[in-house]
Amino acid sequence: MNRYPWWKYAALVVVLVVAALYTLPNFFGEAPAVQVSSARAGQRLDDGVVVRVEQALTAAGLRAEAVQFDGQTLKARFDSTDAQIKARDAIERALNPDPAQPTHVVALNLLPRTPAWLQALHAQPMYLGLDLRGGVHFLLQVDMAAAVDKRLAALVGEVRTVLRDRGVRHGGVRREGSALIVRARDADTARAAADTLAREFPDLASTERADGAETLLVLTLRPEAVRRVQEQALKQNILTLHNRINELGVAEPVIQQQGLDRVVVQLPGVQDTAKAKDILGRTATLEVRMVDESPEGLAAERGDGPVPFGSERYPDRNGHAVIVKREVILTGENLTDAQAGFDSQTQEPVVNLTLDAKGARIFRDVTRDNVGRRMAILLFERGRGEVVTAPVIRTEIGGGRVQISGRMTTQEANDVALLLRAGSLAAPMEIVEERTVGPSLGADNIRMGFNSVVWGFAVVVAFMCVYYRLFGVISSVALAVNLMLLVAVLSMLQATLTLPGIAAMALTLGMAIDANVLINERVREELRNGSAPQTAIHKGYEMAWGTIVDSNLTSLLAGLALLTFGSGPVRGFAVVHCIGILTSMFSAVFFSRALVNLWYGRQRKLRWVSIGIAPPRADGQAR
Amino acid sequence: MELFPIRRDIPFTRHMLVLNLLSALTFVAAVFFLVTRGLNLSVEFTGGTVIEVAYDHSADLAEVRAVVAELGYTDVPVQHFGSAREVMMRLPLREGLSSGQQSEQVLAALRAHHPQVELRRTEFVGPQVGRELVENGLLALAFVIGGIMVYLAVRFEWKYAVAAIVANLHDVVIILGFFAFFQWEFSLAVLAAVLAVLGYSVNESVVIFDRIRETFRRQRKMTVRQVIDHAITSTMSRTIITHGSTEAMVLSMLLFGGPTLHYFALALTIGILFGIYSSVFVAAGVAMWLGIKREDLVKPTQKAAGGGDDPNAGAVV
Repeated sequence: MNRYPWWKYAALVVVLVVAALYTLPNFFGEAPAVQVSSARAGQRLDDGVVVRVEQALTAAGLRAEAVQFDGQTLKARFDSTDAQIKARDAIERALNPDPAQPTHVVALNLLPRTPAWLQALHAQPMYLGLDLRGGVHFLLQVDMAAAVDKRLAALVGEVRTVLRDRGVRHGGVRREGSALIVRARDADTARAAADTLAREFPDLASTERADGAETLLVLTLRPEAVRRVQEQALKQNILTLHNRINELGVAEPVIQQQGLDRVVVQLPGVQDTAKAKDILGRTATLEVRMVDESPEGLAAERGDGPVPFGSERYPDRNGHAVIVKREVILTGENLTDAQAGFDSQTQEPVVNLTLDAKGARIFRDVTRDNVGRRMAILLFERGRGEVVTAPVIRTEIGGGRVQISGRMTTQEANDVALLLRAGSLAAPMEIVEERTVGPSLGADNIRMGFNSVVWGFAVVVAFMCVYYRLFGVISSVALAVNLMLLVAVLSMLQATLTLPGIAAMALTLGMAIDANVLINERVREELRNGSAPQTAIHKGYEMAWGTIVDSNLTSLLAGLALLTFGSGPVRGFAVVHCIGILTSMFSAVFFSRALVNLWYGRQRKLRWVSIGIAPPRADGQAR
Repeated sequence: MELFPIRRDIPFTRHMLVLNLLSALTFVAAVFFLVTRGLNLSVEFTGGTVIEVAYDHSADLAEVRAVVAELGYTDVPVQHFGSAREVMMRLPLREGLSSGQQSEQVLAALRAHHPQVELRRTEFVGPQVGRELVENGLLALAFVIGGIMVYLAVRFEWKYAVAAIVANLHDVVIILGFFAFFQWEFSLAVLAAVLAVLGYSVNESVVIFDRIRETFRRQRKMTVRQVIDHAITSTMSRTIITHGSTEAMVLSMLLFGGPTLHYFALALTIGILFGIYSSVFVAAGVAMWLGIKREDLVKPTQKAAGGGDDPNAGAVV
């Protein structure tokens, strides 16, 4: 009765071999490496990079252990940190001839020393969390109200333009809280305006309201439009963050959406946290508005009069006041790029802006109507506005390519471009959680976590072997298999392993032995009650099974709750805990049974089993 | 080798009242300390900044305190963390200062005194995140309790579900009581430990309930008390060994896991120790007092011998 059919053994062997293969990469350690990627997010590197990097390395007299290229990034592995740093400098010089305008990100990294044949199987070592490898973790909260607010502000201008283009006469468009109000002379005009707007702006819902003799058209953003605005704001912010982080030269940044309005940024290995925070923390938004050049506005700019109604005063970078209109023409959302450069004819430093299609259209209309006037580009950071530049519009600008020129040094052009790029966040963000782990602490954490697993494991195995003899040895082997399966699954899933995860590993192993204890105790009990050894084994496993399922399921329930509601360290714990419970059911019951069957199952006349209790004496006393 | 060569059932049920009284006293004490002292919640829940720095020599806490006080943080907990070379401080949130500025300020001030100060770790949590964590923690607790109760009610019967939950919540409250009494730091990791203990000690109750059910089925003549005694006695060896193994793991975490895992391991240690006791005596005791019966678990297949719900309804004239 204690025999497995051959296919069960075959299945077990397959599982064990696969698990062993995927556990293997964790033993090879890591090698220093240099990683090259494009400075622009999402852009692929061309194949020529490999040749250029190899040439640069040969020129510097360096040899890479391996060079991998997957289209997105190029990774070169070296045998020592010394060679790694030299190689970084050499590659940096070769790929970024102009340090002011890097086209490539060249970063130091650690790469697993996994042999090629294992990599071909996609076997990778476990993915270590920040608390184990060191680095910075940020949780950023996107100010969604501000995103919607900005959209509404931009809509005021758009509605006005559309109504004018379509020849609908209206008595003014203004904002009132989260609604736009269009004033119309009579109900007919209001209806005409509503029809026009319904066609042009499907996002807006309109209702009419009588206000004395006039009719007011109240426009509000539809809920789905609000949601879309928020989604886009988040996406835009993530993209912007990608670009900013590239400035830092981080090897494997993680930038992910979390929930509806949060972004997680993880920068492994980053030590210069001040700079990282500075770059991420720039909660800047960009707006393009017209300068108020009415006589009152000019007077206010000189400081001789009050700021006219409908305008605001902002300082420029030198502290001089500039009076700008409240109405926003464009926001950072419409700005796709800003680069410093030189004018092709005059050779003076300029800033080149690129606008998206909508931005280009609006910009063309505005510049056509305002040739000779000034336009201001404002940057809002932490609620304070500053005029970055206020150039004069010389001609109508179409096509979305804008050049700002005039009395700038190269440095100033670079600064302005950087500020404008930084400003293309769709909505301000705020750091709500931050964790920095130094590299020494990370290494300590790995060592200590490893030690606690090893010592706990050793104690449990020693006890089991002494107490249950052969059954104890089998239980211990099953426990070791459990550990291997757990590591293999974690490596396969590339789930992030954190220190709480290692703790969960230790705890799960401690709990996993429970299943074997249950089985062994049951077998002993059956033996004491006088069952034949083969029957005792069979019944022991059978009766323990129900209990094992019950108890593991309740533990799994707790684990799933942690996984669902937990965040950060709790999640790291829960992932390992849940996987560990599942693997333990497999190893403790299925695998250990296979070993027992293999050992005892073939013996027809089994007298006794080695489970730590003596055979009953003639008087029936089991001692 | 056998640790518990017990052949006769130990009459645990006779002492159930005393055992549970003890447990009730501990419970009341834990609640008392929880109410009067409260939990020493970590920054993760309250919001604020934790900074951990390492010196190349053993650090003088008074000096560090003075430096921090100069920046306007008086009454800030500054303590050794792990070894005498490492110092950990917890700064409250401050209006107008971002997280980054706060930790940089402190680090710069510390470096002004000792240039070798190394930043080991900073952790900043904004106030809204903290509130969410508390909410999510309570949600997780509710989910675990609800899930376990439903599972046990389906698998056994509602009386067992109630008994298991009473026993295990009692563990949770006692762990929290310890944390309140000693003012140990209650962090997210400790919360994870507490919830893991909840799942873990339900394990224990399930094993005993399983035995009770089995004994009900097998031993038709035993009274309910005898059944409970038998179930506890026959699983005792397994209980001690299993918990011993888990405890060995947890203790090795406590000894070798370093300061980061310290409170996590401590919560588990307390949880496991009380888990043994409560799941055996409290769970079985409560189940007994709730009036578990053979008929609840064993489908009466034979012609209703003894019949009815009332165990005394045997005699018919």
